[in-house]
Amino acid sequence: MRIDCVVNGEPRRADDVWAGESLLHVLRERLGLPGAKNACEQGECGSCTVYLDGKPVCACLVPAGQARGREVVTVEGLGDGDLHPVQRAFIAAGAVQCGFCTPGLIVAVHDLLARTPSPAEEEIREALAGNLCRCTGYEKILTAVRLAAGREHES
Amino acid sequence: MTGQILPGARSDGSAWSVGAVGGAVAPGCGSSGGVRCVGGGVGGIGASPVRPDGALKVRGEFAFSSDLWADDMLWGATLRSPHPSATIRGIDVGAALAVPGVYAVLTADDVPGDRHYGLEVADQPVLAVDEVCYRGEPVAIVAADHPETARRAAERIVVDYGVREPVTDPEVALAGGRLVRHVPIRKGDPAAVAEVVVTGEYRVGMQDQAFLGPESGLAVPAPDGGVELYVATQWLHADQRQVAAALGLPVELVRLSLAGVGGAFGAREDLSMQVHASLLALRTGRPVKMVYGREESFVGHVHRHPAILRYEHGATRDGELVYVRARILLDGGAYTSTTPAVVANAASLGVGPYRVPNVTVDAYGVHTNNPPCGAMRGFGAVQACFGYESQMDRLAEAVGLDPVEVRVRNALAEGGSMPTGQVVEGPAPVARLLELVRDRPAPPPVGDDPRQLPGGVANTTAPEQVVRGVGYAIGIKNVCFSEGFDDHATARVRLELIGGEPTALVHTAAAEVGQGLVTVQAQIARTELGVERVVVATADTSVGSAGSSSASRQTYMTGGAVRAACRAVRAALLARLAGGSGAGADDGGVADDGGAVGDGGVVGDGGTVGDGGGRVAGGGLELAGGVIRDAAGRTLGTLVDLLAAGPVERSVRWRHRPTRPLDPVTGQGDAHVQYAFAAHRATVDVDPELGLVRVVEIATAQDVGRAINPQAVLGQIQGGTAQGLGLALMEELQVVDGVIRNPSFTDYLIPTILDVPPMAVDVLELADPHAPYGLRGVGEPPTISATPAIVAAIRAATGLPLARVPVRPEHLTGTG
Repeated sequence: MRIDCVVNGEPRRADDVWAGESLLHVLRERLGLPGAKNACEQGECGSCTVYLDGKPVCACLVPAGQARGREVVTVEGLGDGDLHPVQRAFIAAGAVQCGFCTPGLIVAVHDLLARTPSPAEEEIREALAGNLCRCTGYEKILTAVRLAAGREHES
Repeated sequence: MTGQILPGARSDGSAWSVGAVGGAVAPGCGSSGGVRCVGGGVGGIGASPVRPDGALKVRGEFAFSSDLWADDMLWGATLRSPHPSATIRGIDVGAALAVPGVYAVLTADDVPGDRHYGLEVADQPVLAVDEVCYRGEPVAIVAADHPETARRAAERIVVDYGVREPVTDPEVALAGGRLVRHVPIRKGDPAAVAEVVVTGEYRVGMQDQAFLGPESGLAVPAPDGGVELYVATQWLHADQRQVAAALGLPVELVRLSLAGVGGAFGAREDLSMQVHASLLALRTGRPVKMVYGREESFVGHVHRHPAILRYEHGATRDGELVYVRARILLDGGAYTSTTPAVVANAASLGVGPYRVPNVTVDAYGVHTNNPPCGAMRGFGAVQACFGYESQMDRLAEAVGLDPVEVRVRNALAEGGSMPTGQVVEGPAPVARLLELVRDRPAPPPVGDDPRQLPGGVANTTAPEQVVRGVGYAIGIKNVCFSEGFDDHATARVRLELIGGEPTALVHTAAAEVGQGLVTVQAQIARTELGVERVVVATADTSVGSAGSSSASRQTYMTGGAVRAACRAVRAALLARLAGGSGAGADDGGVADDGGAVGDGGVVGDGGTVGDGGGRVAGGGLELAGGVIRDAAGRTLGTLVDLLAAGPVERSVRWRHRPTRPLDPVTGQGDAHVQYAFAAHRATVDVDPELGLVRVVEIATAQDVGRAINPQAVLGQIQGGTAQGLGLALMEELQVVDGVIRNPSFTDYLIPTILDVPPMAVDVLELADPHAPYGLRGVGEPPTISATPAIVAAIRAATGLPLARVPVRPEHLTGTG
């Protein structure tokens, strides 16, 4: 089947998509956007988090056909030429180790701070409970969120 | 704060810490990376410059092994055994080959070279040969034009199995002669008696590394008949050797490059899809990509050995250890992998970091039809630590001492002797680490915010039923490879003018797996060469082996090699300054530094000292900011001038000081290179009615010798501690009759951000005189003692014996 949708602000088309393919597969293997990651492909780890019509979803759980005519934003679409403050904060805080969870966390934190510009500790933890990280023990991720929140306040 | 530490000099005063709450960062951690470090140079050692791969990773543009793509590529899939033990009477691939879009279906008969591989013993089939020995063993592989086509075709392969009764009980395996290795340790009087005796049997479940980036890679057939392999691995050259043997090719025709690694933790030491993708690529003449799904990943790599540990500790009434007797049984599963080395670790580290005059330890590894077990962070030391630290708490109770006091009373110290007879050289601050975590302020008492209660937002826990407990543990780990293994790492460093600016190119085969090794390599080059611009090349097999990114060894080993190569470059520069050896010849020197100075592996350029910080060589010359000055501060030359004659390149193979095998009867011998220590204090809140545990705080104290990159050190300590928490409370592959029942992140739980508490960290920097910059391996120790500390805290809260990890709710409610 054919899928037409808007990805990171641009109209994109994928042809010969199998009915069983996920949005994640189409993004990664057909549209050249491997930023969303394939860690579990069952909605448990959050590493494939993307925006679908402005709401964060696990792209692995979205059948590709459901993205037809809708707007997708991936981690590749967050920076505006330069790094987004959330991305900068992750680097500065040491929240990136292997980096496989990072794209999903960047989108999740981007969404959290859009809704709650200055989240309390417990709010951050609840918001990121669906994003697994195996390297950091999460401490530096919390630091990154605080850093990003502080910077966004200043600006 | 980070003080300057000279190798060979002990520096007791050097300690720093981060608090449990807030965004505290380690010294030298700067967001810009523009931190002037001890030892000289912007972004040199002791600083925490920005990771060179950081920007790519946050943009989603870093190429992990599952992100690779090639024109005309095919997808591989693997058919795996549904039985833990069976003969194979026949395989019919006809139906699979008939599927449109399928290009190849291969079985063991299609393996042109050695049909078995393995890290220590080549006993694991590339594809099953006449039998299968664990559930999930690869039997056949398929290449097709779509991953789903490949998977469906694999399902159409008909295998005629003769199902056998699997051996899944390690005790039965041991009694039945399926021994992989027995390591005995005998020290002192085996018949020693003591006033106080405590015994216990403990069990450790099968933990999984559960890295997030699945096994994956791309194999591209080469015009010369070889293959280019882009994979996520921990040791490129070990892969190369095994892949070449299986393909029946000379190693130079099997060229590996490191693709982005989505975590490792030991699970990438053994091969997974490397040979399979290469076989399919060579057969089809097209690039072949393989990517495991999560379920396949859980059966596609080795796990942490489950263990049964029996301990008897004898002590005086004052709590001084008289003897330790232990029997440790490790289930290695179907194939050997690294079981022999895991057994040696469990045995040689089996009494912990304590002075024990009389030791009798027997550690066994056996073959069963359970999933193969091998390397995971902590590597044999994790299992033993749960046993001996549980025992130290029992001893504390038996003699009426505080848990920290009984440990301090028996603490190993510098100059002390291990059960193997090996003398611990260099700092061994066991007592001090325990005191550091003990003396931390206690976390605040339980509140009534449901998000801070064991039941969480489900709001199931009433605050008044919560009981709090505090527990302690300390562990010991060997760093680098042991038992006489010829452990080396090679680095090639080239200094040249690029755009008129001196630039160092560092090339090794060392695997960056997330730990930050690429950053550390660049830091060392900056410090040693006094340049700011450093490029770390992609790790591949065109340079000599770096050894594995395991055993907490890579900063020590590849860091040591990079330092040695940089110093060789400096020496060549100095010669050029002196008008010595022809400048044009300085483009490819290769030196084997192994024997330069036998003890300590210190590069043999005598005049170079310590942290160096850009000192060129003898005579007090200093290289900083691209200028060479003498002791009086006079400028003798600039890098730009010296490099105008051409680049300088040196390659050095570097070794740590030699180790020796363990005596096969007594277990005596100087088997280990370096010991590392970490201590934990865990504070938990328990809801005993629901069997729920919330870890309130974990405090860690660790001696890292020298923090080359403080931010990365903290990352290792916090991440490692979280994995220890996982083993304490939730992580276990449920293996029933040889079958993993929970191969998913739905059912195999790893800690989320809700499970991991704030982690206070105290870091000591007590230089090891034998190690580069005095550093001590960092990655594994925090994983080792976190588990027993948390279980001790739950015992303190509940009074339950809890002799098994992970602790499940039913162990707390008495319903399981």
